[in-house]
Amino acid sequence: MISLISELWAFMRVRKKFWLLPILVVLGLFGVLIVLAQGSAIAPFIYTIF
Amino acid sequence: MALILGISALYHDSAAALLRDGEIVAAAQEERFTRRKHDPRFPEHAIAYVLEEAGATFDQVDHVVFYDKPLLKFERLLETYMARAPRGFSSFRLAMPVWLREKLFLKDFLLKEFRKQHKGFRPDQLQFSEHHYSHAASAFYPSPFEEAVVLTLDGVGEWATSSVAIGRGNTLTIEKEMHFPHSLGLLYSAFTYYTGFKVNSGEYKVMGLAPYGTPKYHDLILDKVIDLKEDGSFRLDQQYFNYATGLTMTNHRFAALFGEPVRQPESEDLTQFHMDIAASIQSVTEEVVMRLTRALAAEYGIPNLCLAGGVALNCVANGKVHRDGAFENIWIQPASGDAGGALGAAQAMWHHELGQPRTVQKRDAMKGSYLGPAFDQTQIETALKSCGAVYEVADYDGMIAAAADCLAEEGAVGWFQGRMEFGPRALGGRSILGDPRSDKTQKLLNLKVKYRESFRPFAPSVLAENVSDWFQHEGDSPYMLLVADVVEEKRVAMTEAQQALFGIDKLNVKRSEVPAITHVDYSARLQTVHKDTNPAYHDVISAFAVRTGCPMVVNTSFNVRGEPIVCTPEDAFHCFMGTEMDMLVIGNCVLRKPDQPEALKTDYKNRYELD
Repeated sequence: MISLISELWAFMRVRKKFWLLPILVVLGLFGVLIVLAQGSAIAPFIYTIF
Repeated sequence: MALILGISALYHDSAAALLRDGEIVAAAQEERFTRRKHDPRFPEHAIAYVLEEAGATFDQVDHVVFYDKPLLKFERLLETYMARAPRGFSSFRLAMPVWLREKLFLKDFLLKEFRKQHKGFRPDQLQFSEHHYSHAASAFYPSPFEEAVVLTLDGVGEWATSSVAIGRGNTLTIEKEMHFPHSLGLLYSAFTYYTGFKVNSGEYKVMGLAPYGTPKYHDLILDKVIDLKEDGSFRLDQQYFNYATGLTMTNHRFAALFGEPVRQPESEDLTQFHMDIAASIQSVTEEVVMRLTRALAAEYGIPNLCLAGGVALNCVANGKVHRDGAFENIWIQPASGDAGGALGAAQAMWHHELGQPRTVQKRDAMKGSYLGPAFDQTQIETALKSCGAVYEVADYDGMIAAAADCLAEEGAVGWFQGRMEFGPRALGGRSILGDPRSDKTQKLLNLKVKYRESFRPFAPSVLAENVSDWFQHEGDSPYMLLVADVVEEKRVAMTEAQQALFGIDKLNVKRSEVPAITHVDYSARLQTVHKDTNPAYHDVISAFAVRTGCPMVVNTSFNVRGEPIVCTPEDAFHCFMGTEMDMLVIGNCVLRKPDQPEALKTDYKNRYELD
């Protein structure tokens, strides 16, 4: 995971595409949710609400 | 000794290729081993095979090169979704979990796989080549040219959809690119989808269907869909397409433009409309390719052209480029699809990154594309015995004579000799052969052996020394990637009534002395057979010519519709028993259908998902 983050950082620097950073952060958070929820990214919210 | 392993995987057509000190040792597609067509999974079987062929183990591999750059592809996806948000959300929702779980972690995944085989595998031994650079390298480095213009055309890689590179000696430099979503490959695929065929595999059916139609929609496509410039560069009007962010290739505006909805393959038959659509997109594709090649020839003044990428498998367009003469010489990578990217990635490493010199080979460095596994006589007999096959072992001359006799009697012969081909074409290593003179052959092979649509044409394998006696073609076409017309003397003139026939009805008209390989427009997809690259194949065609005066045979790949080409003697025997082939020749073993136990005949037709 650390290596992926450092690669993405290096990638954004080389390609000068720092505007991708917020998208990647949000996607990363979703990724964590997917892993935690084992399938659906929405499931944790449903449990919180109901 | 330096070993470089090239890999293409995880999109479609996984493959592995191995170089030893720059020489191509072996290359194979994963689908041949797993028996799953276009298998995209990590090519573990193909890797095991190429290493075995080199007599090496994984710890001896110096570099592994992956054929494209996943992060660049991810960037393209994100930017495309951003540019079109909120449209495309359904596609985004499907794509992102796959990327977040798997594809972003490709490097870790690959390292893990390699470390299973060699614990000490270092991250710096794994490199990534750009998709179109891999294609360009696979087209230039094995070519017989010291200097060439390299044109790659395909669907899409990272951003590039087509590129122009200049190769000199061991250097290869990309000069210019066209970027997603403007893509000739995707345009062709959009029409493949529209005519009801499978994208990424049905394109050659569209090409085969084209001669039955007239290009009525050529001007409409040029007016509305594609803005084509004089130099062959173009822009696609995205209002007609849905591939950038949707789940289909085309949308309702596209259907409205041509006047019919997308054909449903299960419930709707092909009509003259679909043939006209196929003819139109084929003619537009040819126009784009011709404008590109003419402009490149004028711009660079180099007489040699190399082609690769999926569009380079469009042999009708290739034939036109060849005849056009803007370039004196043209060489096309036989594994032009993504599988060939594995080879290109490895060669890019060797010549471009490591700066190793390149020796130009007289014909080319592909060894006839016979780069897959071979089986010796003992292995073949053991395999056939375990299958319960009944066979006789002939000497070499007897084997050639048996096959030629069967062909001369209009039989269908399974031909399994030497190493398997790399690339989508069977070139006389894993082929089904037939008699081109017979007017029954095309229907027999299509409906009873290959179980595929009756309109699909067959290709001839012709002795290289006789090619111009039969076809309007000079020079070599060893990889079946050029189309040429049958010469006038060998044609049979059509009556007025026959000329008035439309579409598929034309199929039943005898068009030449070799009707099985003559398409309705008198064209044929040529393979020239050379004694030095495939002597056994050359000998069997020569023997057939002695019996019949015809120096060619029908050559189609050894498989049924939807099945990967056979790899092992067992695969060949099962295919033989499941179809109406009359004879199977594997090495020196000759198998005749009537001799085989009835119980071994199987229902093969429905075993594979249709393509």
